[in-house]
Amino acid sequence: MDAEEIHHLLVQKFGDAIVAATLDAATPFAVVAAHRLLEVAAFCKHDHALAFDNLMCLSGVDYPKETPPRLEVVYHLFSHFHFQTFALKVHLPRENPSVASVESLWGVANWHEREAWDLFGIVFTGHSDLRRILLPDDWQGHPLRKDWQDPDYYNGMHVKPTAQMMDRVLQGERIGVGPFDFTPPNRDLEPS
Amino acid sequence: MTSPAAGWARDWDEDGLDTDEMVINMGPQHPATHGVLRLELRTDGEVVRGARPHIGYLHRCFEKHAENVDYPGVMPYADRMDYVASMGNTLGFALTVEQLMGIDPSPYVQTIRVLMAELQRIASHAVAVGTYTMDIGAFTPFLHLLRDREKILDLFEWTCGARLLYNYNWVGGVSHDLPDGFIRAARDFLREFDSVTFPELLDLIIHNKIFVKRLANVGVCAPELAISYDLTGPNLRGSGVPRDLRKDAPYSSYQQYDFDVAVGVGQYGPVGSCFDRNWVRVVEMRESSKIVHQALDRLEAMEKADVHETVPKRVKPPKGEVYGRSEAPRGQLGFYLVSDGGIMPYRLKVKSPCFTAMSAFHHLAKGMMIADVVALIGSLDIVLGEIDR
Amino acid sequence: MSGPGPVRGLLHDRFEDGLVVASADQLINWSRKNSIWFMTFGLACCAIEMMATGASRYDLDRFGIMPRGTPRQSDLMIVAGTVTLKMATRVKRLYEQMAEPKYVLSMGSCANNGGPYWRHGYHVLKGVDEVVPVDVYVPGCPPRPEALLYGLLKLQEKIQEDRVLRKRAHTVGSLAGATLDGAADAPRETKA
Repeated sequence: MDAEEIHHLLVQKFGDAIVAATLDAATPFAVVAAHRLLEVAAFCKHDHALAFDNLMCLSGVDYPKETPPRLEVVYHLFSHFHFQTFALKVHLPRENPSVASVESLWGVANWHEREAWDLFGIVFTGHSDLRRILLPDDWQGHPLRKDWQDPDYYNGMHVKPTAQMMDRVLQGERIGVGPFDFTPPNRDLEPS
Repeated sequence: MTSPAAGWARDWDEDGLDTDEMVINMGPQHPATHGVLRLELRTDGEVVRGARPHIGYLHRCFEKHAENVDYPGVMPYADRMDYVASMGNTLGFALTVEQLMGIDPSPYVQTIRVLMAELQRIASHAVAVGTYTMDIGAFTPFLHLLRDREKILDLFEWTCGARLLYNYNWVGGVSHDLPDGFIRAARDFLREFDSVTFPELLDLIIHNKIFVKRLANVGVCAPELAISYDLTGPNLRGSGVPRDLRKDAPYSSYQQYDFDVAVGVGQYGPVGSCFDRNWVRVVEMRESSKIVHQALDRLEAMEKADVHETVPKRVKPPKGEVYGRSEAPRGQLGFYLVSDGGIMPYRLKVKSPCFTAMSAFHHLAKGMMIADVVALIGSLDIVLGEIDR
Repeated sequence: MSGPGPVRGLLHDRFEDGLVVASADQLINWSRKNSIWFMTFGLACCAIEMMATGASRYDLDRFGIMPRGTPRQSDLMIVAGTVTLKMATRVKRLYEQMAEPKYVLSMGSCANNGGPYWRHGYHVLKGVDEVVPVDVYVPGCPPRPEALLYGLLKLQEKIQEDRVLRKRAHTVGSLAGATLDGAADAPRETKA
């Protein structure tokens, strides 16, 4: 099935839960209303014509400058039966973003959703174990958001590069190189 | 799968001994975890009842860097994700951006890319199998395989100057053309690989009774579980599912090459065991050598072209998004690229094959002994740089 | 010593038969420097080059340098790769678990100063010398095996000039070699 047929099937079944679609993009996708994502995803997995049994990727994207500003979660699906790919998207508000977890459908979503929570702050309701995965447990903030500012310190260690490092780079000096010590080691072995 | 230890636990209880579970910490610094991985194992004696992997000890903010440097500048960072097989990473990224920009490199460039990717696959599997046997306890194959890998690295160094992290595949082309004499040197290497290294590898490792006994019934992953947890590459093929992107959705002229897809058949135990995943990697080394032979033949028949011909002066993809996939040595590497029309990516999300393989770990490690946990990690062939990005 | 001729051994014609005269420091340091056991602290790409240095072509064992998995049995910690903030506490803890006299070799640009991740790496430690004192810095990304060998030979030189029998106030860092009677040596910064 190609993208138009998949989209048609989804619209037939779910009507206006499919909010929008872009089918002529390099990777076609359909935008799903956030509160109905779990139904649509379950249909995508269990329907025989679609049979999307593999979640290739789950990503969060931050669009603060769009109107309205939003966070997106993008699901890239693949079917081992029919060799077709498709993508679903949900648009979430930037304050308190929350969408149902698809962990019950695809086991790999467990870790992908933990990463989206860690780096974007998106809450996946129904997730069995939503905690940070890449960053330390006591980290503050969600770094991949576009309005992230590096803190100066984390537990006493520098996070933001110091002004001295910035100066040295901007002056064109290469950090950490030279002056070299060219005396060969074990120099006292050379015949004198 | 019941383990022999279950019977022993019963005997102890009957004697009235008080047993309890112990939480053991493996890592993040550990010789056998292939990097900075921390495993929290809840064990009942020697049997693992639950395993919880903790990652993030090598999170180097690749996705943040990708949003703040231009597209050619992202290439060196992409190299450093899966640092054992860095040709695969740059190839994946270059293909993704080219898909968005509509660039089609010349057949000469495509053949060079295939050649380098397959040589890198041999080198990467050599490290994987070598370090795996070292974990199992056999030290010598590690030295043999690394010695042969050094010959491949010599070829790479001759071409582009670097041994490990090359920044070789650029958007629209490759960075350096093949030097004169490369084809002959590559054929010399392959001659030795096919006649000496590969049969030695089979003899020493694959048909070794200890190796087989250690791995044949360990870490069995059923195909449905593998698909649900998005295992790809040798991990998926080891469970009997013959999916290979080079055949299913060919890129960079792979459709013109004649090679087989290695699939685990379970010759010594159930399909999907650690042995099968390792077997797939070993067979893939032979198939890659076939592809390299064909690529060299093609290069001899082709005339040299300019490798920078289709490299754009300024990489500025149009506004849009794309999900580009390629078959890296560790599995299917995916790049989700969102472009806003500028010179820097708006968002670059990497789907790393080792990340998804690790997500199935807690399921596969239940009920095995601690020594088998080491075998399982090695069979999934993880590289922490790619998991944590 | 005679002029150009056949290659002579190290000790040829230097001592009377059967009698070797050296200071205790020289002898002890000579044996220590030729048997450096390092703890493999391979974190990232530099770990692969460290493994390659220890493998067949650029053999480390011919210098007496052997990898050990545990800090309790090692003299040297080669920090090979990027140290992240999450890992930094573990680096410090492992350094403290090593027995004196201990040395640290920072391998690669990431361990020297944060490397290519210095600018936007919110989770990258800008140099392992923020948590442990470093003796030798080996630049490169990754450093070639020959560069790592050069760094190790420089460390051997440093060990040779160590003072074992006189009590030291500080082991490494800018006050290396300072003695308790107040006469401090000039600060030595060894960059390989």
